[in-house]
Amino acid sequence: MLLHPMIEPASPLASLHGITKVFANGVTALAGFDLDIRAGEFLSLLGPSGCGKSTVLRLIAGLAEPTTGHVAWPGSTHEDHRSEIGFVFQEPTLMPWADVADNVWLPLQLRGVSRHDARERIAESLSLVGLENFAKAYPRELSGGMKMRVSIARALSLKPRLLLMDEPFAALDEITRFRLNDDLLRLQNDLRCTVVFVTHSVYESAYLSSRIAVMSPRPGRIVAEVMGETPGSRAKDFRTSTRYAALCGEISRILLEHMAEERG
Amino acid sequence: MAPASNPWKLVLPLAVFAAAVGAWEATVRLQGIPPYILPAPSLIGATMIADWPLLRASLLTTLGTTLLGLALAVAGGVFLALLLSLSRIVEYSLYPFAIVLQVTPVIAIAPLLLIYMPQDVAVLTCAWLVAFFPVLSNTMLGLQSVDRNLMELFQLYGAPASRTPLALFRSRLKALWYLRRPAALPAFLTGLRIAGGLSLIGAVVAEMAAGSAGAGSGLAYRIIESQYRLNIPRLFAALVLLALTGIGLYLLLAGLSHRFLRRWHESALAPEK
Repeated sequence: MLLHPMIEPASPLASLHGITKVFANGVTALAGFDLDIRAGEFLSLLGPSGCGKSTVLRLIAGLAEPTTGHVAWPGSTHEDHRSEIGFVFQEPTLMPWADVADNVWLPLQLRGVSRHDARERIAESLSLVGLENFAKAYPRELSGGMKMRVSIARALSLKPRLLLMDEPFAALDEITRFRLNDDLLRLQNDLRCTVVFVTHSVYESAYLSSRIAVMSPRPGRIVAEVMGETPGSRAKDFRTSTRYAALCGEISRILLEHMAEERG
Repeated sequence: MAPASNPWKLVLPLAVFAAAVGAWEATVRLQGIPPYILPAPSLIGATMIADWPLLRASLLTTLGTTLLGLALAVAGGVFLALLLSLSRIVEYSLYPFAIVLQVTPVIAIAPLLLIYMPQDVAVLTCAWLVAFFPVLSNTMLGLQSVDRNLMELFQLYGAPASRTPLALFRSRLKALWYLRRPAALPAFLTGLRIAGGLSLIGAVVAEMAAGSAGAGSGLAYRIIESQYRLNIPRLFAALVLLALTGIGLYLLLAGLSHRFLRRWHESALAPEK
């Protein structure tokens, strides 16, 4: 069910075709799953827990293989797409034994970039998330929001074309979450990267996304798409605008409909 | 071991210790207890000084056995833990035997070892045997306790492009070095602290077994010898030295642990004020 007619852009950044994912324990996480990720968009995957949102991200990242179907990268000739991807987990997932700078260094380190050569990149990533003064701090010395910023800086250190985020702000308080939401929008606008954002918050998806894909569980599939605000065009008071309220209302309605269908 | 921010933490146990020693001294003097039943602390001190050349040699023997046993246990335990963590096949085939070694009371093996080996090697083997398992099991636990998400991150950024066995093995080594090694450090240090105490116990137990066979010169042997000769002041002096060795070893290993973990691990944090 498409609520808006959509103009297909020339070629998507990545596209998932006819994906089925069955786990070893026999649970079907995804069935008949199709999704195009368009360059430059902020796509949210919205749905209740257990609908396979995270599995979609893992498939895109190559951390899991689909049972059937495939993930295609039409615009890219590389076989290996991992250098184009930044991944942010729900938990900050920092190395407690390393300071902030070394944590941000990890992806570069694993690609063989020496600490000396990575210096500038680390500083740049940290200043993007406003943590330039915390390079020498250890994760335990930081607040939850700051840890998440480090995690984002780490994902940005490879200058990814595609940023995958798995409910990154779910564990944060609302005030911190609002601020990180704004930071994330600014980052996406500055870096011109594509973001796929998994969330179970209607409000978060409405606030952030240029497109929202609503998912339904058992088996996970996309049941509706809603167009959000175009990237970079949000006014300062978007959170209190009628457009935002209407978006939230529309998304909530769709979710409710499908939950009711499921029960009935 | 947090820096002693609270002076009472040091003053109180010292005061209790001084009071106990004082009461002991007073009781022995006032009641006129003969030294072959209970020597006064002052007499134990005097014996320590008088017999120092003999006790010093014994102390060095026991200390050497303990430290060498501990070092070998660390080398063996860590090596085996790495091997087990890199290969399931090795883990399944060897780990049960490590447990058998652990659950068998070593004092029961000591007489056998004394038959098969030269005495000093047998004592060392005993110290090694008891200290080995805590290092192995704690290091293994540590190596397996890496955050799952971090491993995935590693897979995303660090996994090899090719899927050849050699490339996969190198990637495992890389994960071992960058993630498992630092993640295992706290558990390893816990194992090391336990092993330090056990290594001393192993050395003492083996020396006693060997001593009762009629030879040896470690502190435990001095204790057995003093018991036979009813030289109770020297027995106490040797016991004090053993206790001091244990305390020194503990402080050393706890200090090492604090030195490595103070910046990041919860266990090494000073309490919030």
